[in-house]
This record gives sequence, C-alpha cells and structure tokens, in this order.
Amino acid sequence: MTLSISLTVNGQPRAIALDDPRVTLLDLLRERLHLSGTKKGCDRGQCGACTVLVDGRRINACLSLAATLDGASVTTIEGLAEGEALHPVQAAFIACDGFQCGYCTPGQIMSAVGLISEGHAGDDAERVRELMSGNLCRCGAYKGITEAVLQAQREMTAETGRDAA
Amino acid sequence: MNRFDFLRPTGLTEAIAEGGKPGSAYLAGGTNLVDLMKIGVSRPERLVDISRLPGLDRIDWLEDGSVRIGALVRNADLAYDIRFASAFPAVAEALLSGASAQLRNAATLGGNLMQRNRCAYFQDGASACNRRVPGSGCDALHGENRLHAVLGWSENCIATHPSDVCVPLVALDAVVEIEGPQGPREIALDALHRLPGDTPELENALLPGELIVGLRLPAEAKAFAAKARYLKLRERMSYAFAVVSAAAMLTVEDGRIREARLALGAVAAKPWRARAAEASLIGALPDTEAFAGAAALALAEAKPSGANEFKIELARRILVRALTLAMEGTPAVMPALPASPFSTHTGDRHVA
Amino acid sequence: MSPDAIPMSTGRYGSNAGQPLTRRDGVLKVTGRATYAADNTPDGLLYAVTAVSTIARGRVAFLDVAAAEAHPGVVAVMTPANRPPLFHDPEEKMPPFGFRVEVLQDDGVRYVNQPIALVVAETLEAATEAAVLLAPRYAAEPARTDRASGERYAPPAVGVGGSPRTAHGDLDAGFARAARIVAAEYETPAQYHNAMEPHAVVAAWDGDKVTIDMPNQAMALSCAAYGAYFGIPAENVVIRSPFLGGGFGSKAILNGPQLLAILAARQLGRPVKLALSRAQMYGPVGHRGQTWQSLRLGVDEDGRLTALHHHSLSATSSFDDFLEPAANAALPLYASPAILVEHEGLRLDTGTPGPMRAPGEASGSAALEIAIDEAAEACGMDPLVFRLANYAETEPGSGRPFSSKALRECYAEGAKRFGWSKRPLQPRQMRDKNGFLLGWGMGTAVFPCPHFPASARATLRADGSALIETAGADMGQGAWTALAQIGAEALGLDPDQVEFHSGLSTLPDGGVAGGSGHTASAGLALHEAGIDAIARLTELALNDPASPLYGAGNIGVTARNGRLHRRDDEARSEAYADILTRAGAREVVGTAKSARDPAVAAAHAMYSHGAVFAEVTIDPDLGQIRATRLVGAFAAGRIINPLTVRSQYYGGMIWGASFALHEEAVTDHRTGRIMNADLAEYHVPVNADVPSLEAILVPEDDAYVNPIGVKGVGEIGVTGTVGAIANAIWHATGVRVRRFPVRIEDFLAV
Repeated sequence: MTLSISLTVNGQPRAIALDDPRVTLLDLLRERLHLSGTKKGCDRGQCGACTVLVDGRRINACLSLAATLDGASVTTIEGLAEGEALHPVQAAFIACDGFQCGYCTPGQIMSAVGLISEGHAGDDAERVRELMSGNLCRCGAYKGITEAVLQAQREMTAETGRDAA
Repeated sequence: MNRFDFLRPTGLTEAIAEGGKPGSAYLAGGTNLVDLMKIGVSRPERLVDISRLPGLDRIDWLEDGSVRIGALVRNADLAYDIRFASAFPAVAEALLSGASAQLRNAATLGGNLMQRNRCAYFQDGASACNRRVPGSGCDALHGENRLHAVLGWSENCIATHPSDVCVPLVALDAVVEIEGPQGPREIALDALHRLPGDTPELENALLPGELIVGLRLPAEAKAFAAKARYLKLRERMSYAFAVVSAAAMLTVEDGRIREARLALGAVAAKPWRARAAEASLIGALPDTEAFAGAAALALAEAKPSGANEFKIELARRILVRALTLAMEGTPAVMPALPASPFSTHTGDRHVA
Repeated sequence: MSPDAIPMSTGRYGSNAGQPLTRRDGVLKVTGRATYAADNTPDGLLYAVTAVSTIARGRVAFLDVAAAEAHPGVVAVMTPANRPPLFHDPEEKMPPFGFRVEVLQDDGVRYVNQPIALVVAETLEAATEAAVLLAPRYAAEPARTDRASGERYAPPAVGVGGSPRTAHGDLDAGFARAARIVAAEYETPAQYHNAMEPHAVVAAWDGDKVTIDMPNQAMALSCAAYGAYFGIPAENVVIRSPFLGGGFGSKAILNGPQLLAILAARQLGRPVKLALSRAQMYGPVGHRGQTWQSLRLGVDEDGRLTALHHHSLSATSSFDDFLEPAANAALPLYASPAILVEHEGLRLDTGTPGPMRAPGEASGSAALEIAIDEAAEACGMDPLVFRLANYAETEPGSGRPFSSKALRECYAEGAKRFGWSKRPLQPRQMRDKNGFLLGWGMGTAVFPCPHFPASARATLRADGSALIETAGADMGQGAWTALAQIGAEALGLDPDQVEFHSGLSTLPDGGVAGGSGHTASAGLALHEAGIDAIARLTELALNDPASPLYGAGNIGVTARNGRLHRRDDEARSEAYADILTRAGAREVVGTAKSARDPAVAAAHAMYSHGAVFAEVTIDPDLGQIRATRLVGAFAAGRIINPLTVRSQYYGGMIWGASFALHEEAVTDHRTGRIMNADLAEYHVPVNADVPSLEAILVPEDDAYVNPIGVKGVGEIGVTGTVGAIANAIWHATGVRVRRFPVRIEDFLAV
C-alpha cells in the first residue's frame, strides 16, 4: 500500500508517496530523498549518528517510521548552513577540531543544535558532556565536541544579545 | 522488519477498535517497538499509530492534588516540566538518567511503562526464550547472565525490567489508566508488570487491545519532594542501562523517619518495590544502621540467577547510598550527571 | 557530492596562524557534503543484504530461498548453490595482507555472523526482510570459543609476518641473579573495531570495468586483489574512498560481504549497495583477538631488570592466522639484559582477528605496564623512578641506536603537568572531597615507525597554483590536511595555493593507511614529488637567458612563497608562474616513488614514545570508576599539524580508557554467539566518560626515520593508557586488576 505524507524538509515542503510503511525517516532521507548527510551508524538508536531535528527537537531518525511523521518539519545537516555561511555550531566544530573521521559529525552537530535550543546545559561542560552522550564518536573527539558546543553557544547567546540590543 | 499494515486512527475510540484486532500493536514513540521490529523480536501484522492521538500529551494537575500524565507525554517534556520536577524530583532524575537526550525526546511515558526487557537471549532470535516463544526454554539461565535478575525470577525467565522511571513511580504508588475494548479501568503500576513464574510470556496485566492512556500520581506522593533521589549504576557514565538502580524517598518528622519509599531497578522482571524495607524505617532514626537494616530486608529474598551474586550486595549498597543521599536532601538543581554516583562531582578540571 | 577525487578546495575555514591548520575537509564534514561509500545512490541501484550464521560451527542444512524470493521486490538470492565463479580461489590468501575470504564457497559455518547468503532487492527494506525469511537450518557442531576448547598451536608468525619468538641474552641467568621475581597473568578480551561507519560498498560495472565506492585503507592492494578475484586487470578496478568513517585497521583487508556485493552487481548488471548492519560487524571484518599473557620479571636490589619473559596465548580463527603479537611489547622499551618473548596460538570458532588500532602493542602494553608497576611496587619504588632506572638507551637486545627517543622528556613533561611528584607511594592514600578513592598511575607509550612504499605527483601550474596527488586515505587522522601541508612546503607554496587530490585508486599509489605510517609514507612521496617538480622548474629557469636565475646552476636555488631565489642572492628571484609562462608551459610535473632507505632502517631502532598519566576516581562502596584525568606526553618526530595530532592522541587515549574500563565482546560459549553485538551493550566511551584530557607534544628531531622526520601518532595513545588506568586503579584501591575490562564487581570486596 502507498501512504501519502507531507513533510517539510529543510524548509521545503515535500509531498511524499511512501511505497512501504517500513521506511524509517533515516532511510527516507538517505535512500529516497538523497539527503545522505544524515548517517546510519547502528540503526537501533544506540549511537546518535542519525540525529535530526523533527519539529525542532533532536531525535534518532533510525527509530522513527516516516509514516508517523505526516505534517512534520525535519531539519537535517544539509539545512543548517545558510548558503556559504556556516551555522555557528558547524564553525565551532571546525575551529575546535570536534571530529576526526566525520561520520558521526552530522549527528553530533544536529544534537548540539538541539541541546543549545533546549537550554538545559548552561555553560557547564559536565552538563554538555552528559547531554551529548547520546552521540558516540569512535575516533574520540569528545573534548573538541564539548568545547565546540560551549563555544557555539556563547557565540549564539552573544548574537541574540546584540539582536535584542 | 516484516511487512505490516499501517493504521492512523484519528481518535482514541477508533484506535482501540483497531488495536483490538488480532496481530495489532500500538506504536507511540517507537524507540522500543521499532527497534524490536528491526531485530525480528516483534513482528506485528498491523501497526496502530497512536503517536498523534489528541489529548494524551498533557500533564494535568487535578483538584484532589494528584497529577495525571498523558501516556504520550515525552520523557524529556515530563522531566523538564518545572512543576512536575519540583513535586517529583526522583522521577525527573530517573527520566534524565535514561537513554539519551534524543531518545528522551521521542520516548513516551506509556511506552516506557510498556518497555520490553533487554535480555540478550530475548533479543537474539536464535536463542531459546520463554517470553519470545513460550515453552522454548531460557538460554539465559545458564548463559551470560551477569546482569540478570536476583529477585522474583523463575527457572523460566531471569530477565529484568529495564525502565528507570518506573522505579520511583512504583515507589510513589502511581496508578495506570487504561482504555480498552471493555472500557476504561485503572490498576496500580505495581500490578502492571508481572513476575515470570510459569508464564513469562505474560509480561503485564493488560488485556488484548488495551492501551495505557495515562498515569496518575496521588497527592500524597508530593510529600517526599524534599528528600528524594534516584541512583543508577552503569558500566559507563551515561547512555547505558542500569546494573542496579534505586529510588529512595523519605519524610522526616522530629528527627525520625515518618515515611519511606524504596524501590529497586534492574533486579527483577518488574520495578521492585521494597515494602518491608520501607516499613522497617518508619519511626527509625535516619542513620546508616537503619538504612543498612532496610537494605538487608529489601534483599532478604534475593538469590542469584547465575553469575550475578554481586548484584545482591550491590543492590544493598545502592539502597543505603540512595537513602543517605535522600536524607541529605533533594539537590536544589538537577545534578549534571543525573542519578550517577558521580553526580556530586563537577568533573570540570581542564576542559574548556 | 560524489567526487571522482576529493577536490579539496583551496580555501579553508578557520585559523591560518602557524601550523595548526584546521582540517581542509572540515567544511565538507560539518555540512554533510563529505561523501562516504553508502551515501552514493546511482541510478538503477539495487540493495544487498547478507544473511549470517547464528551457529559457530557446522553446516547450513537448509535455506528457504523460495520464501525470500517470494518477498516483493527481491531480485536475487545468492547462496553457495548458485554463487557465480570467482577467478581466484578465496581459500588462497593473497599476500601481503590477504586473508581467506568468506564468499559462499561452501555450506560450512566457521563462526557466528559468517555470511551464508546474499539477498538483492529493489529496496533496502525488502532485502533486509528477505534475508530474515531465509530462516536457515543447520547441522551444528559444538562451538569452540573459549580457552579450554580451542586448539593450541605453534604459530608460524604473529601480526603481519612477525616472528613468534624473540630471545636476547641468558634468561635463566637473569632470573638466577634477580633479587626479586614478579610474575602474573593478564587477560584481554575480544574487542571489535566498531568504526562508526559500517563497512559499505556501492559497486557499478561497465563491461569488465568496475567502480567501487568503499572505505578503504589500502587501495592499491585492494585493486590488485579485486582484479584477481574478478579476472580483470587491476587497472580496471577503480576504488573511490574519499572519506572513511573510521577504519582502525578494519578497512585495510578484503572481506566477504563487500566482495559478494561487487559480484552481485556484475551478475545482475546493475549497481549494488551493501552496508553491514552493526551486528554483522561482529564476525567477518576482523577484531582484536583475545589474549592470555604471562609476564615474569627479574629485578635486582637496585630495581634494575635482570630478566624479562613475556608470553602470550593469542586467539585466532579455526581457519586463518592473525595473532595479536602482544608479547612483542616487551621488546623495545625496558633495558633488560635478557628478554624472551613468545607467542602461542589458540584456534577458536570465531571470525579471523585482524589489526585493530595498535594490534599487539595495545594488549601487550596493557599487561606489560601493569607488570612494570607491580615490579616497582615490589621494589618499593615510585613507578616513574623505576621506569627511569630501566630506561633503554639503545634498543634492548640489538643494541641499535634509536633514530630518536625523547621518552625521558615525555616522562618529565607529563609528570610535571600531571603533578606526579605529589603521588603517595602507597595505595588508598587519596580521597576527593566526596570521599571517593583517588588513584594515580602511569604507563609508557611506544609504537614502531613502519614505512610503506608510496608514490605521488606534484604539478606546478602556470597560474602559480599547484596540484598534488596521491591515493591516500583519510579515516580521520587528518591526512588531507597534513599531507597537503607537506606537499605545499616542498613546493614552496602556502597550503591555500595547493589543490590536493586523494582517496581515488587511479592516483599514484599512496601506500597503506595503517601502522601509523601513512603521513610519513605518503608524505615522503609528496615531499619528493614536490622537490622533483621544483627541480624541473629550476631547470627551465636556469636554461632561460631571460630569467634572473639564468646560470645559477652550481649555486642553486631555493623555493619559497611561489618564487625561486638564487641561493647566493635572495634578491634575484622569479615567480613560478613567470618561469612557466615564458617557457610556454602550462605546467611542470614532478613525480616520486618513495621508500625508506633500507640501510638507514637496519642501522636504527625507530619508535614513537610517550608517557601517560592517569587519575581515576572510584566510588568506594559502589565500585563505579571514572577516569577523571588523563595526561599524555608524546614524542613522535616532527609534528606537521599540532591540531590534528593532538586529536589523534586524544582519540588513542580514549581507546585506552575504553580498553581498560569498557570494551568486551561477551560470548556464550555454549553456542559461540556474541551476546552484545551492538552498541548498547558493547560499551565504548560516551562523552561523559572522558572529562579531562591533555596531550603534550614533546619536541623531537629525527634525522633517520625518514627525510621529513615524521613518525606515527595514530596508535601510540592506546598504549600506555590502559596500563596507566589499571595502575591508577591499584593506587586508588590496592586491588590489582589483571583482566580487562575492569568491572564494578572487582571492587565490592574492597
């Protein structure tokens, strides 16, 4: 049976005819919409490589059946930069060397964007570490990741402050 | 994943009508069910998507002082709800010690209650498992069972219930609200999960087609807010299931314990309420001796189901620690590492 | 983006100050535009999924092929009954890194998670389910997966062609004159690489040519091997491996599932994609084999080693040989007049182990560094003082000089930064403010410096820019950045002016990305290609009467900032672009084929060194451990890029912490099944596990290791760290842990 769903993907409304209800959001993005920036590391919610934002919240795309997301708005790593201008989290990951092989990086960055918008970590490195623990990095770039999240958050806070002023 | 029909009911009545049909499973956050479908442990023929059902995602404070949490309230939303977390800090701490931020954003309270066990033999289709295939045997019993049950197990099943949040909830006398083909009913959370006995395949008290729609915490449960902790031992600092965990909550009057609530996690097929241990503390001085006595009582019936005798001693110790921490008082802010023994450490030395 | 080569843009984001350039591939990686193998979805793509065995030994008696074929969307089911022929016998190993490959050559089962069929379908969902529907039945035989049931044997070699036994001096005499003998046994578990990127392949055939997208640490060797398997010339195989999502050794060796997918693509005439599931990575793609090691140390009255005996029983599969050369860890580090290292093999019904980040060095160092700590304890000596007393000024046994060895400086710098001098000698002396036990321990890090033959090409263009090329592999070590820096330097250009192509097998062979030797090997080739290009450019200028450099032949020129300068008169110079333009040349091309000078190599012992200091905090009642502080000081020759090198050290140290505290594949020996073949229960560290890491780069010049003075940094961080943490645990608790990983229950009796 074919299921019709509508999704907004990185700001673009998409009408999607799902050929199979088994398709996860992750496989929809990667194999059908050709948005391969979101990565598959475990396919079981155990690594965080597939982290995307759904309606602004970070989730594991591998455990989300696409059919359940009718009407949702999805943001992936491809939707973060504005043209050539990197999102502050992306820039901070480069500056702090918050990755090595880069495979977990899209998930780390989307998770970090989610973390910052949730606003529960403050400037406490330990809270950042805990709240980024759903994203495994086998290369062991955790130190740079933690520094990048804190740095990006500081920049985003400062920017918001400037905008308000 | 097997092929299935995907149904999107628009209301509760329709959902229950669909869910009552043979081969159906309810799908909410999907963090457990979709995973089990991927590894072939669950193979529903019909998937009833309840994730968008209206009205089940609210936290309502009722006139009698109790609170009603909709089954579709996400773990993160409940944990970070200020009013809820202030009233039930151990519940919030347990929620935040479970899984990861991403999973907490997706997982629902109802799904958490319905979470299946994580025994490797249950998850491995090639192993014998009486829960998965009744009568097939239990390969865990003489297998790799270091982290298996030490309380309430039977020769038929030694799996443990993996939920964190259920541990403080059962201690607080939570009540489960159910809708089903025969109409609504409610049961104590403590009665929801079943011990394996001779029928490990019967994991809970729900009848076919029944759906958890909410959970209530009674007004009295708020009395423990000032002295309430959840503590969880893991094999890494985060994003891991418990080796053992404990919820401890106290009220103290005139220097003596007025009431105590204790429950253990990851020791049995259900969140393990330790009522005799609670009773032993009433009227006692809140000291190590009393705590150790309570812990001994809580584990009095414990026996190893395999290479896991250490969990019994560990469970005693974690109860003593949880009681000690509860007595010190609920922290003013959620610890950076919720439920961790290291939660009082800043760990913040040279980084950033 | 699906690149034919990695077009590393000349621009980059971030700091340009000094040498710690941020990664040239950084923007691609943070925007999701870096293309890993499974990200490719060519038109007409089919999806392949392997079915794998659930028994460890026996035979597949039945596969329900009809049920699988009946699933909508299934295109083909490949089993031993219908697998198309290969042109090279998979039973026959292909040197130098060849292993027996599991490609449905028979119905035998030799380990759990062995591929037993391949299903190809129009969608991933269909292929995945159809593989389940095969519902295999087996004729099973008892699994032999533990020490007691495995067959012991004397291995012909350990690691990759290493000697299983090495002896120096008179061991018996050494023990006879020892004042104390310390002896103990140590156990390390089976560990799985678990790179974040599962092994994947997208194969597309065009006649008898094939393009293969796959993560690959050894492209040239793989092209030759695939050519042999498919009966085509190696040059008909094009491997595109622009990014590897982690390798750690597991992507250097051919494996069955990837080969089968390429075969299916040829048979079906359509591109095929296959990506292993996480569970399927616990079998056919290598792992770190289990070891049981015994160490015996003789020490004299002054705390000097008199004899050192290191024995390792190393597990391998029932059908192939790769043994952790663990005992070799005792060879290069401590000055003992007598050393014996020996290996014994143990055949188990598991997939064949393979090189996994510091193969042998990691597990051997884990045991050795605890043994050294135990010897220091027996002598009542501080562990650092003990190590200094046994410092090897020359390579033990051979007496060869080290090409360089700043280990003494590593000890000093690391100890100072860590605060080691405040360490009480006795255990259980330190508590933190919460009453938790604190312990401090240390370990020495060491890793050899292999060098692989490699080639490169450097092209200077008339517009003043340059292109440098080598078929290298970046699995996260920062090769794209460091190699570009090396190439740019040889060309006298800023890295921004240099375009770098790599990750593609049609480029000059960049050698193997393994053994921590890639930057040195491919870097030397790029360096020499750059020198060659400059030499050719110089020739153009010197022979051109119109050039200010005309006639400077014997004096020579230097290349700097895009200009050639007369050596005797800096003011006389000319821009590359001007030389080429006047000569009417669009470009000048330099090439190099580089290898290490065997005479220099034979005359020197070549190692990177380091010292790791660890603090652990342990809950005295509940036994939970946290490695709260790790400080490593490393000397590895010339550091090309301090930013990426530090990240390599951090990563290695986290692997050390993981080895000590987390990682272990748990096998049910009744069936041989791995009961935690996932990432929820096979624990690798999460962010919260690693609160404090420091890596100190200790300066070291090496005139011999290779002409660019570069040693390896990728694996050394694992060594030393495991022992440092174990020793810190002893210091905190008084409990010696000799089995990894350390567990909560190890401390309940404390």
